[in-house]
Amino acid sequence: MNIADRRWLSLAFRWLLRLLLLLLAGGLAYAVLSLPDQAVGLTNRVAANLETSGVSNPVTAVLLNFRGYDTLLEMAVLLVALLGVWSLGIAVVPCRVDPEPVLSMLVGGLVPMMILMAGYLLWVGADAPGGAFQAGSVLAASGILLLLSCKRLPVRLPVWPLRLVLILGLATFVTVGAALLPVNGFFLQYPPGLAGALILFIEAAATLSIGVTLAALFLGGRPGPDA
Amino acid sequence: MNSLLLYALAGVGLFTLGLYALIVHAHLLRKILAINVMGSGVFLVLVALGGRTPGGAPDPVPHAMVITGIVVAVSATALALALLLRVQAKTGRTRFPEQGNIILKEY
Amino acid sequence: METMTVLQWVLDGTLVLALLWLAWRALSTPDLFTAIVLFIAFGLMMALAWVRLQAPDIALAEAAIGAGLTGALLLAALARSNDLADSINDDHTVDTERE
Repeated sequence: MNIADRRWLSLAFRWLLRLLLLLLAGGLAYAVLSLPDQAVGLTNRVAANLETSGVSNPVTAVLLNFRGYDTLLEMAVLLVALLGVWSLGIAVVPCRVDPEPVLSMLVGGLVPMMILMAGYLLWVGADAPGGAFQAGSVLAASGILLLLSCKRLPVRLPVWPLRLVLILGLATFVTVGAALLPVNGFFLQYPPGLAGALILFIEAAATLSIGVTLAALFLGGRPGPDA
Repeated sequence: MNSLLLYALAGVGLFTLGLYALIVHAHLLRKILAINVMGSGVFLVLVALGGRTPGGAPDPVPHAMVITGIVVAVSATALALALLLRVQAKTGRTRFPEQGNIILKEY
Repeated sequence: METMTVLQWVLDGTLVLALLWLAWRALSTPDLFTAIVLFIAFGLMMALAWVRLQAPDIALAEAAIGAGLTGALLLAALARSNDLADSINDDHTVDTERE
């Protein structure tokens, strides 16, 4: 078919697609609008069990205690994504040898504060908005800033500390869960007295692990021969 | 209609916008952007519908699921971008081939 | 449900319109760099929306991960993709191994 036919056909298909998607949006909007105005959901059950969960922030309680298994699997997802990225190529650090002065000054001032903020978010996640993921992402951002400004340690580190920190979060989670098996008979069921301390312990390891994993995902490849 | 329904409808709109861009664009990076927008739309619907509790405090379970979803979305995006660079290294192009395809855009 | 004041309606309506408009512009501009920057702005607006929906934990996570980290990933990938395209044009070869 010649160019004019193709262009007309392309336009027709584009408008047909828009009509179909408009119908889809209309159907979804109708489904959303026809839901009841009030729905309790799981709020009451979370509130009823909040004292025995060890923390007072309900989102942290749900993430680390009531649905702790989901968080464990999510750390596994992070690790698998990193393995996928590592299997595709070698990392190239995206930095210049002579960084701009603005970047150097920002890195010098911001990175220590970001590490401090990560620790604060981790600690305060038990009672106020915060937690392991937020702290881990701030840690990852500080790591990316360090990478971008070419700050390297003067000594050549072996590779195994990096791999250790990467699996630390998932390993801590699984180990704590397995160690709790003989206590109550269930995987990852915290005894009510120890729940707060266990959650903080798992969150600390998870913060380190998430921070390093996200920064490694930014690098986009496995450590090369000059890592 | 209260504000929660407004956000839920916004989530539906974002999902549909992202789906249209995912189908229509040929460049792989734009497809990745479109998938992220679709994900944000779904998260909006989840949390908006989770705020319909009678007491005023929202349901924390959808909040936890959305936090998990954001982290999974970023790791999937990172993997997809690594795949994009690999495809470009292998085949030299970053967009779907266009011969015989009448729906994909030019850019 | 408490009664909505006019101000809250204006705030929510403007936020929703900004979200939809930013998403549409991010997905439809011809320049990829502009698209990614608009996507980062979209992520920050989403953080505001999470605050309006009484979800401060999600707001923190979205601002750091959704807008910041995803934006950094996308910009780094765009830079590498442009470098790859330039080197492919220089070499006139198709099969460029990265290992």
